[in-house]
Amino acid sequence: MDKFTRLSAVAAPLPMANIDTDMIIPQNHLKTIKRTGLGIYAFSNIRYHDDGSEREDFILNQPAYRKAEILITGENFGCGSSREHAPWALKDFGIKCIIAPSFADIFHGNCFKNGLLPIILPQAIIDQLLDDAGRGANAIITVDLEAQEISGPDGGTVSFEIDPYRRHCLLEGLDDIGLTLEKKKIIGDFENTKRLSQPWLFKD
Amino acid sequence: MSEQPRTLYDKLWQSHIVEKQDGANCLIYIDRQIIHEVTSPQAFEGLRTAGRGLAHPEAMLAVPDHNVPTSADRATAINAEDSQIQLDALEKNCTDFGVEYIPMMDVRQGIVHIVGPEQGFTLPGMTIVCGDSHTSTHGAFGALAFGIGTSEVEHVMATQTLILTRQKNMRIDVDGTLGAGVTAKDIALAIIGKIGTAGGTGYVIEFTGSAIRDLSMEGRMTLCNMSIEAGARSGLVAPDQVTYDYVMGRPKAPKGGAFEQAVSYWKTLPTDEGAAYDKEIFLKAEDIAPQVTWGTSPENVLPITGVVPNPADLPDGDRKRAMMRALDYMGLEPGTKLQDVTIERVFIGSCTNGRIEDIRAVAEVVKGRKVHSAVDAWVVPGSGLVKLQAEEEGLDQILIDAGFDWREPGCSLCLAMNADKLGPQERCASTSNRNFEGRQGPKGRTHLMSPAMAAAAALTGHLTDIREL
Ligand code: SF4
Repeated sequence: MDKFTRLSAVAAPLPMANIDTDMIIPQNHLKTIKRTGLGIYAFSNIRYHDDGSEREDFILNQPAYRKAEILITGENFGCGSSREHAPWALKDFGIKCIIAPSFADIFHGNCFKNGLLPIILPQAIIDQLLDDAGRGANAIITVDLEAQEISGPDGGTVSFEIDPYRRHCLLEGLDDIGLTLEKKKIIGDFENTKRLSQPWLFKD
Repeated sequence: MSEQPRTLYDKLWQSHIVEKQDGANCLIYIDRQIIHEVTSPQAFEGLRTAGRGLAHPEAMLAVPDHNVPTSADRATAINAEDSQIQLDALEKNCTDFGVEYIPMMDVRQGIVHIVGPEQGFTLPGMTIVCGDSHTSTHGAFGALAFGIGTSEVEHVMATQTLILTRQKNMRIDVDGTLGAGVTAKDIALAIIGKIGTAGGTGYVIEFTGSAIRDLSMEGRMTLCNMSIEAGARSGLVAPDQVTYDYVMGRPKAPKGGAFEQAVSYWKTLPTDEGAAYDKEIFLKAEDIAPQVTWGTSPENVLPITGVVPNPADLPDGDRKRAMMRALDYMGLEPGTKLQDVTIERVFIGSCTNGRIEDIRAVAEVVKGRKVHSAVDAWVVPGSGLVKLQAEEEGLDQILIDAGFDWREPGCSLCLAMNADKLGPQERCASTSNRNFEGRQGPKGRTHLMSPAMAAAAALTGHLTDIREL
């Protein structure tokens, strides 16, 4: 997995609540057996006209934000389905960090598995960041995961909370399947105990 | 040992802890995983790339549902090439890795969340996962069941565990007796209307109260299915005699002495007297009217007797903007009576309401009547076995005589990944679970409701109060 340490990038304001996974990537683009190449479909229902041309009113189509790597958005971002295609599409588009007052649980977890950093901050701070982001390409925001700090274009900083395990995995780019496989022995012990107490769960 | 009283969720969580890790995380044992064609290919690809195998192929079950055609000629129906690639990949992956696979033409094929319980693969006390958010359905059995992303699918495949953070306990109590024409779906929608689509975020919801105890397993599944729409990854109903009766005799359920042994364990699961919840919400069954959604989020819901809300009544801000956007998308004018909203399509099906009881409810409403001439109405059974049972009961004939299209099982118009779609601006009375923009097809308009309400709308051509039909 890609490491996430420190990111200085353009942030795009997308102040909408309840952006669902169908909006992040519609169902007609889920018919892939790959994790990559979904960036062109990110937000496609609000990003393109019916004829496939870009909608000028969509923030990520505007010249100042085409290279945005940070998204500042509304509450309950990523609600709806469990599709990991949502973070895959955002990542493939170039988004590396999403800042919102709240996230839907499954989406939130899916981000970490793909090296994306979701940050939860109070609405008042989000409003400030939306203002900063509204200044376009001149407004570079810096996210420092090591220091758990965001600094705005005017130099002001805010700190954020994050689960220590997930922070560690992002900083080191660790694959947690590999880490868990090192625990084979205790998983096996757990299974053996369970086999005795709930034998109906096992076939043999 | 003097034990603290514990909730059902506490017991399920604690009995699956393999290891406590840093911070709030635990390594949790996963008893069962169900997979389908859309969210599993990348997980298998990940295993192959890393040279890893499955920890327990026998703890998995695979069935295609999202992409399969639901037309009568499904065996030969020309499937979009990319859908076929996903179906082929699922079959090949299952063969290569030794996972039991139910093919499309098997009578047991259907929507993952209908097939699991039907086969007795879903049992009380388990942890069950699937790369699908409506895995919450299986919580109706008193199992800890939740949707996961594809990376987690791969993690479970390789290790039979997941690294999880403990959720908080929420109890939603519905006491009393539901009125005529009011169903589990109406309870679910009324709850979402009350707490919002993020109301359950970070919680596992346990549904309690006499109105819940009175529900059949089908009703409990409908309710737990929709808990994800309230933001909760899992919903729970404590197992009881209704649960055991449903499970007994199912193909993969324990038999004989093993069943007895299992039941005595399952009886220890319900929440202890005096256990504390982090949040409690109380509803009275008598206060719940048949519900319909008017907007593009399940929380945009009202009793059928209501009118389309007016954004002018809201203060400026996100909520007002969202309502304006939703009304524009839905093509609705504030103040319109919901019952005056005309529809062109009806979809009865999905993992929320595609079970035998749902089809019975629809047949009861439409028996001897005709679908409105301007309406295209579909029934898509949730599984081949549901379809077979309905046919044995003669329900298919009642529906066909009324003018319904009686189709083959699958997700179908719930998410429009196959050929089943709404046209732009087409308005649908739907028994599914999501009314998001474009969910049933680009620019399609969805009104969520119960099967009986959707049946009533099919007959009249507009949203209709089932109690007045
Ligand atoms: S029926 Fe709909 S909600 Fe259920 S699994 Fe299929 S697509 Fe998902």
